[in-house]
Parts: sequence; C-alpha cells; structure tokens
Amino acid sequence: MDRRTLLRGMLAGAGAAGLAGCSSPVVAGLANTPLDQGTVEYWDLFGGGDGVRMQQMVANYRAANPGTPVQAVTLAWGNPYYTKLSLATVGAKPPNVAVSHLTRMLTLQRGNLLQELRPEDLARHGMAPEMFNKRAWEAGLVDGRAYAIPLDTHPIVLFYNTDICGEAGLLDAGGALKPIEGPDALADAFAKAQQVTGQFGATHGIDADPATCWRLFHTLYGQLGGEVIADDGTRVVLDDAKALQVLEYLRSLTVERRLMPGSIDYQGAIALFAAGASGFHINGEWEISTFQTAKMPFGMTLVPNVFGGTYVVHADSHTLVLPRRDDQTPGQLDLSLGFVKALLDQSMNWAEGGHVPTWLPVADSEAYRKLTPQSNYAAAADAAVYDPPAWYTGSGSNFENVMGSAVGAVEGGQLTPQAAIEQLRSRLSALAALPSPV
Amino acid sequence: MTVTTAPDRPVTGETPLPPDTAESPGHTRPALLMMAPFLVLYLLFVIGPTLYMFLMSLFDTSLVRPGLGSFAGLRNYTEALGDAAFWASMWHTLWFTILTTPPLVILAFLLALMADRVRRGRWFFRLAFFLPYILPSAVVALIWMWMYTPELGLLSRMVTALGFAEPSWLGDPDLAMWSLALTTVWWTLGFNFVLYLAGLQDIPRELYEAASMDGAGPVQQVRRITVPMLSRTTSLVVVLQVIASLKVFDQMYIMTSGGPNFSTRPALEYIYDVSFTDFRVGYASAVSTLFFLLILAVSTVWVVLTRRQEERL
Repeated sequence: MDRRTLLRGMLAGAGAAGLAGCSSPVVAGLANTPLDQGTVEYWDLFGGGDGVRMQQMVANYRAANPGTPVQAVTLAWGNPYYTKLSLATVGAKPPNVAVSHLTRMLTLQRGNLLQELRPEDLARHGMAPEMFNKRAWEAGLVDGRAYAIPLDTHPIVLFYNTDICGEAGLLDAGGALKPIEGPDALADAFAKAQQVTGQFGATHGIDADPATCWRLFHTLYGQLGGEVIADDGTRVVLDDAKALQVLEYLRSLTVERRLMPGSIDYQGAIALFAAGASGFHINGEWEISTFQTAKMPFGMTLVPNVFGGTYVVHADSHTLVLPRRDDQTPGQLDLSLGFVKALLDQSMNWAEGGHVPTWLPVADSEAYRKLTPQSNYAAAADAAVYDPPAWYTGSGSNFENVMGSAVGAVEGGQLTPQAAIEQLRSRLSALAALPSPV
Repeated sequence: MTVTTAPDRPVTGETPLPPDTAESPGHTRPALLMMAPFLVLYLLFVIGPTLYMFLMSLFDTSLVRPGLGSFAGLRNYTEALGDAAFWASMWHTLWFTILTTPPLVILAFLLALMADRVRRGRWFFRLAFFLPYILPSAVVALIWMWMYTPELGLLSRMVTALGFAEPSWLGDPDLAMWSLALTTVWWTLGFNFVLYLAGLQDIPRELYEAASMDGAGPVQQVRRITVPMLSRTTSLVVVLQVIASLKVFDQMYIMTSGGPNFSTRPALEYIYDVSFTDFRVGYASAVSTLFFLLILAVSTVWVVLTRRQEERL
C-alpha cells in the first residue's frame, strides 16, 4: 500500500467515525446539536470505589433497558463539578439527570437551575415521600416542594483496626469496639491504641483538607447543641464557649497529647491507618472500599458521642436532581425518572460501598441489616446534621473552607482556639453580610 | 586591551529590516489582510472578554443569573480593597514571586553556563534540566506531594534519617510557601535554562579567545563578557519569570488548596473561589481587573527597561 492509498483510507475512516459519532456528547457539543431524543445524559462526581460502583449500577441499567442509551459523565468532585453543572444549565445544555449533594441542592434551586419533582410524576414511577428516610427527604424540600431524590446519607464514621484494638483491649467478646462515650474515654481509647502501634492512636486528614476538619468539628459542636449561622446565613450565631470547648479538646489530642498527627493530608491519614500506624481513623464511610482493597482487619462504627448531648453526626446526602431545561418533554421526563428509580432500586449495591441507603425498602431490609460493618452506623442517618442552609454553604463550599481551615490550624498548633474563633467570626461575618448572588 | 565594549553586531542574531520595507506605501493593505484572521480572533477572544470583564466589575453579576445584574458602581472595588482576604492573596502571590524569581534566574544562568561548557554529553544536561518543564502541573504536584507527605514521604525519611525533626512541608503555614517555591523552581527552571543557553551560543567565540590572550581568567571572562552580553536575555527572562510567577495557580490549588489556613492562596485562587464557588462574577471581575493592572504595570516596566537597552546598543 502506498502512502496515498493509506491517507485516503484514513480519511474515509475518519469520516465514517464522524458520522457514526453524531450522537456522542463530544460531537453534539462541538456541533452544538442536541443528543438523540431518548438518551439519558447523566453526570456524577464519584471517584475511587464510589466511581466503580456507580459505573456498575449504570451498566446494570443499560443491560435492563437496551432501548435507552445512557451517556454517563464523571467529573471531579467539589467546586469544579458544581461550576460545570451550573454553567451547563445556564447555557441550556444540562444533563437529564445529575448527582448533587443535598447541601448544594438548595443553592442550585435558588439559582433556578432545578426542575421541581411533582408528586404525581414521582408516583408514576413508584416513588413517594414516605419511602425515603425522613431526615434526608425533608432536607431536600424547598417550601414543601421536592427538588432532589436522596440516594444515601453519608456520615463521617470511626474506622478501627480490629487487630490493634483487640491487643489494646478495646473490643468486646464479639470482636466489636466497646462503646466509647465522653471526651476522656475517646482520648483513652486513642492512647491505648497508640501504645500498641507505637506511632499514633488515630488519624484524620488535616493539611489541605478543610472538609474533614469541618466535619469533625461540626459533629462535636453539634453534640453540644451549637449552631454556626442562622436565618439562611445572614446571621452569625457562633457560640464561643462551645466552640472553644471543641477546639481545645481537638488541640489536646494533637498538640498536647500527640495522639493524632497534627500535620497529615487526606491520603497520608488513610495510608497511616492502612499501614497499621494508627488504631483509629475518622473519615467518611465511603473510604470502606480503600480499606477492603488493602485487605486490612477493620471495623466501622458511629463517631462516639463525645460531649454527651443529643447524639448527632455530620453528614450529607448524595441526591439525584433534574437540572432545569426548557425543552423538557413528558417522554424525556419519564425516561429520566425511570433512570432515577433504577438507581434507587440498586441501593443495596450502593450501600455495600459504605453509604447508608435512604430508600427504605432497602434500608429496612433484612439483607441490609446483615451487611456489616456497614449497618453498624445506620443510625447516623437519623442523627445526621447537615451544613446549615445559606447560599455560601454546602459540600466543598467556601463556608467549609473557612470553618475547616481554622479548625485545621488549631489541630496543627498554629492558631490558639481563641484566635481561631476570632478568625471565624470575622470571616463568617463578611460572608453573612453579602447579598446572595442566587 | 580589556574587552568591555559592545560588539558591532546585534547579539540576538536578528538582522534589522531594511528601512524601506516597513515604510514603503502600498504594503499596508496586504499586511493587514494577512493579519486579519489573527486580528479577528484577538478582538473576539482577548479584547472582547477583557472589556466585558471591566463592564461586569461595575455590576453585581451572578454566575447563575442571566444578564449583568444590578449596577454596583465602584462598590466591588471598594469591597475588594477593604477585604483582608484580598490583600492576603495579593501578598501571597507577591511573596511567591519574590521567592521564585531570583533562584529561577540565577540558577538557570549558572546551569546554562555549565551545560554550555561541557564538551561531551551536552545533550544529556539539556534534556535533564528541561525535562521537568514539559510535565503537566498535575503530575508535578503529585510527585512533590508524595515527597512532602508527612511521616511517609521521601523527604521525611531523608530528614529523619539524618537525625533532624521533620518539618511539616505543606502543613506549616510558615513553610508551605517555601515548599511550593522549591517545587516550582525544579519544575520550571528548564524554560529559562533554554533561553540562557540560546543567548550563550550567540556570543562570538572570538571575544573569549581575545580575552584569554589578554590574560583574563574564566571568572573575569564571565563577569566582563558573558554577563554584559546576556543583559537582554536576562531582562527578558526576569520579566517573563515575574509574570509567570504572578500568575501562579495550579500547583497551589492542587497541593495545598490555598492552605494551611489560607496561607498559600494566591490572587488567582481567590478570584476562582469568589467567582466559581460563590457565583459572584461581578466582584471577581473587579478583583481580576485590579490584578490585571498589577501585571500591566510589571509589563510596562519591562518595555521601558528594554527600550533603554535598545538605545544603548
């Protein structure tokens, strides 16, 4: 074959590929044409174990619905995801179905970027409010109208290494962690684990990880009944005494007693726990896949009730939303809702990845109850505290950065608790004073 | 004889255009036609958005609302100038520029000088110093995050093996910027290195021969010939470097997210945070405009500086 024939062949091939690719999102985007009607375009933000699991669930849907193509797109978690979702919707090219954290959904709704999910449409697909965990469902209502279908509740949990905790005498006869209650009991448990590991009692992400710092602070501060902002974020109601109590406690664990490293990033905190250099690890339950893959002996349980008030734990929910689109046809709406329902029906699969299902037919099932260690912390769904509502709060928001950075600086020993509270007050006041951009 | 006078030909190797080409009538129209595609793109994608940025900075524009929003006048500017977070991010950008520019210029010069003198395997040194530059920022950030990881990282092992207490490279607010600067120097040195190498090769060998016949040692040769002959390269390198450093974003966003406790958040990340996370595009435009003016000022200094050099030649 000479060069000319080869070139001609390549051009022909490229042309054919171009024609065949008309329905692909890339070509549709470049040529500014709509995707074929009847396709469900779906965006999510799941990486790691969650990402693999979600791909399985989408594959299951494809197998069961060969007539409905699904274009699934995964984007990076956090700001980049929400920016793209917002801009795609403003630009009239949104996906049909998208994942949103419950705490970001409110801002999207206020920005008029979401479709209302009318009860009659949901009922047609076998979804009714009473079939969901009450706390998660109600958190997704705006003026009594639904805008998000909660898929799970994902709290932070306490991971523990069963070998280390066994050696430290922290396990009961059944091999589960003995209940821990109160600040001293938790510190003692960490200290005993530290004696076994010779390095640390516990770890959690601190450097470049304000989200985890905020989640831990919010859990303990919530157990004291504290609130940070009120009236949709227009008023700062930070309780200095309670915040001080939490920050001083956290500081004592890292700076004074060195039970936890005060400087470690998200991946490093995981690596230390996985390598047996710490007995405990505080993180979102979604990291279960990481430790299963590491084939280490571990259990999971609720973050203890440290300060003895009503038990609460910081959580968020992954929800499924339908971004607003003006060209919505009834047929397309039904396809989208059918896809949503198909994901809900696979809640057991999702629960295996650590998340507490909000879909009660699964959450109340015998199979889920038998699923350990996942069901050990199912109570977290009813004790969940979410980010307070405001246009600047929610998963990956600047609010979480402001809160978590100050907490991290205290745990790292760079700020005194008192100075951290002053910093928080000044930054929160600045945010609270701004008019909402949505 | 001491060699201090400038040579009688331009050092960069450009041959000046014959004077009649640029000024002869009848050439303007084809020239403009040839440039038209570029001019259209330039207007559409550079001048247009820049003007739109100025316009938005006077409004409360939101990312998720159509239109410009309500008129704000200069309120966005007064808010930025009165906000400690804005000043902190501007200072971080400036501090990063101060930390990175001198090593990136001086080291690049010294390494280029040595690589230029190597007789054998010169290609290896060129490649070795330039290679990091072609790596994407995300890859560089990942490599260095592994090195800096507390307790487990490579640097941690080295430092503790020598018996020192391990510094918290990215976790200590006083140290994090230095760590980022170190990463950046390793990563971007290659570009300046190549510019200097090209400049060095333009210096006529006869100058060195003449100098050595007159008894000038290697150090004197560098001081009296190399450094003055490279002055135009140096001013180019310095200004390109200052502008590049002022525009820092990637490595900080990936490696520290602007932390710990906002101590490494540069101006661009501040703009990113307020515009994309908070949806406040109008305010972000005002901050961008202020930042744009800063970079413009730096570029103006360069133009003035090089014009003086041109006059001297």
